[in-house]
Amino acid sequence: MIPRLLFRRPFDSALFCGFLGVTGLLLLAEAAGRLGLVSTVQFPLASTVLVAAAGLAADPEFLLDVGATFAAWAMGLALTVAVAVPAGLLLGSVPAVERALRPVIEFLRPIPSVALIPLAAFVFTERLDMKIAMIMYASTWPILINTMYGLREVDPLAKETLRTFGFGRLAVLLRVSLPSTAPFIATGVRVAATIALILAISTELLAGGSDGIGAFIILAGSSPDGLTLTVAATVWAGLLGIATNGAFVWAERRIFHWHPGTAR
Amino acid sequence: MTTRPPAPTKGLSTRRSFGPRVGTALRAALSRLARLWIVPVVLLVWELATRAMRHPFFPPPSLIVTHMRELWFTGSPATLWLNDTALANFPQSLGRLLAGWVLAGVGGVTLGVAIGRSSLLYRFLDPIIQFGRALPAPALLPMFLALFSTGTRMQVATITFGIVWPVLFNAADGARSVEPGHLETARVFGLSRGQRLARVILPSAAPKIFAGLRLSLSLALILMVIAEFFSTEGIGFQLRAAQRAFDLPGVWGAIVLLGILGYLLNQGFLLLEKRALTWHDAKM
Repeated sequence: MIPRLLFRRPFDSALFCGFLGVTGLLLLAEAAGRLGLVSTVQFPLASTVLVAAAGLAADPEFLLDVGATFAAWAMGLALTVAVAVPAGLLLGSVPAVERALRPVIEFLRPIPSVALIPLAAFVFTERLDMKIAMIMYASTWPILINTMYGLREVDPLAKETLRTFGFGRLAVLLRVSLPSTAPFIATGVRVAATIALILAISTELLAGGSDGIGAFIILAGSSPDGLTLTVAATVWAGLLGIATNGAFVWAERRIFHWHPGTAR
Repeated sequence: MTTRPPAPTKGLSTRRSFGPRVGTALRAALSRLARLWIVPVVLLVWELATRAMRHPFFPPPSLIVTHMRELWFTGSPATLWLNDTALANFPQSLGRLLAGWVLAGVGGVTLGVAIGRSSLLYRFLDPIIQFGRALPAPALLPMFLALFSTGTRMQVATITFGIVWPVLFNAADGARSVEPGHLETARVFGLSRGQRLARVILPSAAPKIFAGLRLSLSLALILMVIAEFFSTEGIGFQLRAAQRAFDLPGVWGAIVLLGILGYLLNQGFLLLEKRALTWHDAKM
């Protein structure tokens, strides 16, 4: 399908147009630098950044940092899911608990997560623990809220049917509510995954430490061609963000293809 | 209200319906207040637990509040009790946050609607938007520091660039999913391009646009704090200064203050959204 479109009318292909768009932007940035519109001292040329980014892909030290960030990201996200999904199920299925805790949630949620980093820097001696704690604080909310919201959308007829057949509350929760809430939980996890990556890198940036993409960016800042390396590392961070988000979208589509609200 | 029995005579009905209405309003207010019972309980448990722990990292809330008062709220009632330190930091922070948010909002909605209405433009720019959305905004800070050095320009630029993506993405998404029948109808009735934009496209994209704006407002607060960590004034700087001085109650105080600010911003936004979207019934 796609190749045929590509040959007949190239501008109908999202892939081709997207490629042109990205190339165009890069060329524009390159031209701005070469023509002196933007001082190359202030901001490196697009080509310089791309070369540096390619070099980073083969730099074992940078790869170690990426691995460290990802390890914290994965652990933090897994722990968040393990805590937030049961909590969301509890809050969503027992209205009394939800009513009682709602004010607390509404006061905790608006606290900007990065504001907690200075406090966490005192409390946690291990950098990994600290990253995981920050990730858990910030990425709990989307999962919790989505789980609660998903439970509200469960078909009451299905629940009633199972109850008529004599199933208990827990059985109804596990057999009807949880499967039909799963797509909402998956969306929450996808949003949380993005937030978790941001928090992992922010914590590395602000709390120092020796490993991670954020620590690499801080260290690069003090080297002579620091800005180029910083921007190149940021480009990688963005690409990693796209890759993880894409993987989650892909998995959601495969698992929940039957659900009408599945992410496009 | 709905179960109120019909009043027998007109003269009586005004008097009789007045009583129950005040009663229901009062009862509603009381039950809303009663729903907050957990707040004093949490505060009490927090106070007792921290007093029992005597851990320097976890000061009791009473100490945090008195410390916050000493730090920021010793001014005169005319300035809402804010003192000079508060007045030298809070308005600047809030101003930069709102400036960045408004810039990102105006730019993001304009560009987003344009992208959403042109499928060719959408295909060209979609990967760039996806990349921007995926960039962890705090990682951009060293770049903006190098570009602008510290100061208001750097902070507003960081905030704007960091939060424009959700607005852009949501505005494009909203403008793309306008009901084609509505646009056709508008065209049949002879509405000009501008009128179609103002009367059909923007209203039907509004719920999505507001969702993006709300997300970007909470992101703006986060970026404001981070940008001010590398600055010499603002609430974020106060937090950083307290951390450097090992002033734990100060750190907690700044966090509480930022939490209150986040809460107020969110509530204010919800109010704005409610006013703007009253016509939209499908809203959650």
